[in-house]
Amino acid sequence: MRIAICIKQVPDTWAVKKLVDGVLDRANVEPVINSIDEYAIEEGLLIAEKHGGHGPGTPNLVTLVSMGPTSAEAMLRKALAFGADEAILISDEKLAGSDAPSTAKVLAALIREGNFDLVICGTESTDARMSVIPAMLAAQIGWAQLTFANYISVNLESKTIEIRRITNESIDHISASFPAVISVVEKINEPRYPSFKEIMAAKKKTIAIRNLTDLGLDEVSVGSLGSWSQVKSSLPSPPRQAGVLMNDEGSVGKVLVDFLKEKQII
Amino acid sequence: MKEILVFVEATDGKLTKATHELVTHAGGIGSVTALICATSESANELAQQITQGKVTNIHLITSNDFADYSVPAYAEAVAQEMNKRKPIAILFTSSILGKEIAARLAIITHSGIITDASGVDPELNITQSIFGGSETVISQISTESAIITLRPNSITPDLTRAIPSISSESFRASDENKLAKVVASEPVAKANRPELSGARIVVSGGRGTDGNFTPLEEIADLLGGAVGASRAATDAGWYPHSFQVGQTGKTVSPDLYIALGISGAIQHRAGMQTSKTIVAVNNDPEASIFEIADFGIVGDLFSVLEQVKKELTP
Ligand SMILES: Cc1cc2nc3c(=O)[nH]c(=O)nc-3n(C[C@H](O)[C@H](O)[C@H](O)COP(=O)(O)OP(=O)(O)OC[C@H]3O[C@@H](n4cnc5c(N)ncnc54)[C@H](O)[C@@H]3O)c2cc1C
Ligand SMILES: Nc1ncnc2c1ncn2[C@@H]1O[C@H](COP(=O)(O)O)[C@@H](O)[C@H]1O
Repeated sequence: MRIAICIKQVPDTWAVKKLVDGVLDRANVEPVINSIDEYAIEEGLLIAEKHGGHGPGTPNLVTLVSMGPTSAEAMLRKALAFGADEAILISDEKLAGSDAPSTAKVLAALIREGNFDLVICGTESTDARMSVIPAMLAAQIGWAQLTFANYISVNLESKTIEIRRITNESIDHISASFPAVISVVEKINEPRYPSFKEIMAAKKKTIAIRNLTDLGLDEVSVGSLGSWSQVKSSLPSPPRQAGVLMNDEGSVGKVLVDFLKEKQII
Repeated sequence: MKEILVFVEATDGKLTKATHELVTHAGGIGSVTALICATSESANELAQQITQGKVTNIHLITSNDFADYSVPAYAEAVAQEMNKRKPIAILFTSSILGKEIAARLAIITHSGIITDASGVDPELNITQSIFGGSETVISQISTESAIITLRPNSITPDLTRAIPSISSESFRASDENKLAKVVASEPVAKANRPELSGARIVVSGGRGTDGNFTPLEEIADLLGGAVGASRAATDAGWYPHSFQVGQTGKTVSPDLYIALGISGAIQHRAGMQTSKTIVAVNNDPEASIFEIADFGIVGDLFSVLEQVKKELTP
């Protein structure tokens, strides 16, 4: 079984984020792995470990995949310490300004040539917050879509997979044959801490760097030229102003209720 | 006038409030066609419920495949309609279902997509509030049709009476969209409270509750609101993860957000700071939640809730 795990580099959430000319200013924020993607990595490793392990001499290979700036190599190196076997970084200046469909097309091009059986994503990136890439990827490569999983079970003999999809409305059990695109929700598992041994081993693992030409994509169909949406303007929202602040001296409940009534909220 | 489509969503057989908001947004832009994708029985029932807003046409796409194959089947049906009608835009609710259908639709129809918008003007300038409300972005879509998902609570619903015409067709999903089958489905057990992301009032508790959410639930019920929680509270197992508000939880934008025993970490704010009015109760006067609260109370949350309860119970 070949498992690809899509992970995204995002700015550290503690840092103040800013847009410069409609593009995230990544220069001043320290990049980290999108936190939900750690659950995707853990799930991929668990699936492989349950079915004969992964790496040389085993039937499985777990590959981390990311599209991002060259600095994402450091993020991939760190993520490899969780235990995946290798990583691929798609990086190309022409990819700057990609919108979501463009990102999905690029990831799809790589997945298609890789002979993968399963692709595992997170459900949402903390910077874009779109929750669209996994569904787009599935549509683009024409694979089964098994998204918003909070439980996954793989049957290697029948090459089928069943997930429990969790949404606001319902819990659905969905099954499909390989190959499939999966996305996992936070809390599907408990991501492990990399051991010292794994951190050392990660230093020797391969991170292949690919560009658009290698993937057979041309610059007009992806990146800012291929994007179907454009940012016209971006402004910091006016900061929220603190309003009244009172101490509770036993009657503040009434003051609050009056305040809410006056604003016609209740 | 150009046509604009609205994808109708329902829960438990009822049209959602967010769908009504979509119709309101769409009414300011073009001639509105509401698309209902469901079994023929429920499609007809839902059509009866579209009574308000500027809706010109209701189009029913009936099929059993939606229940069996979900997102890919919906997306295929909607794509067929988009290709036929070439609308200037199609609007979805920013729910999991809405966003995933929108996502596939973008790929199938080669259309630009903007998610989680708070508004669209007649020139299709799309407003989004990003990075947890710290930045306001205006975007445009350059393809023939625009796909836009809108956050709940972003507009006051239009109450004018709708007098739409109704049309319908049946649909069958093609094999390439039947790769994943829904083998069983159970509704999420719901408290008798509104759904968190769309609720008009949210009462949220954090570590300061020490696990006692009962007084919060009482106030939520008195106000007809939903209950939310910080990650500290969900991590402690005091409230289910699906009620977490914040960067790795739900984004809410209610008319009123009441934060009780929540310090106001940036990851929590990311999910609630676009709320119209914020009330915070915290016994630490330095808590950073007060920086964004319209009404802050320094005190014990249980004492304040008790007082509020007295005021609200006749
Ligand atoms: C990648 C990442 C993602 C995250 N995502 C989220 C997210 O989605 N949502 C989220 O909420 N957090 C998230 N967090 C966690 C976040 O950083 C905070 O740790 C969390 O929000 C703290 O929750 P809290 O405010 O309830 O707890 P605390 O920070 O411990 O605050 C508790 C507050 O309660 C007050 N208090 C105590 N007792 C009382 C009382 N009796 N009456 C009144 N006040 C009282 C205290 O003064 C204190 O201010 C995330 C963190 C990371 C790193
Ligand atoms: N640039 C990227 N490289 C690799 N994976 C990505 C990228 N962008 C998004 N993803 C994956 O798609 C998921 C959903 O992201 P999004 O649709 O941006 O909210 C993430 O959790 C990742 O698994």
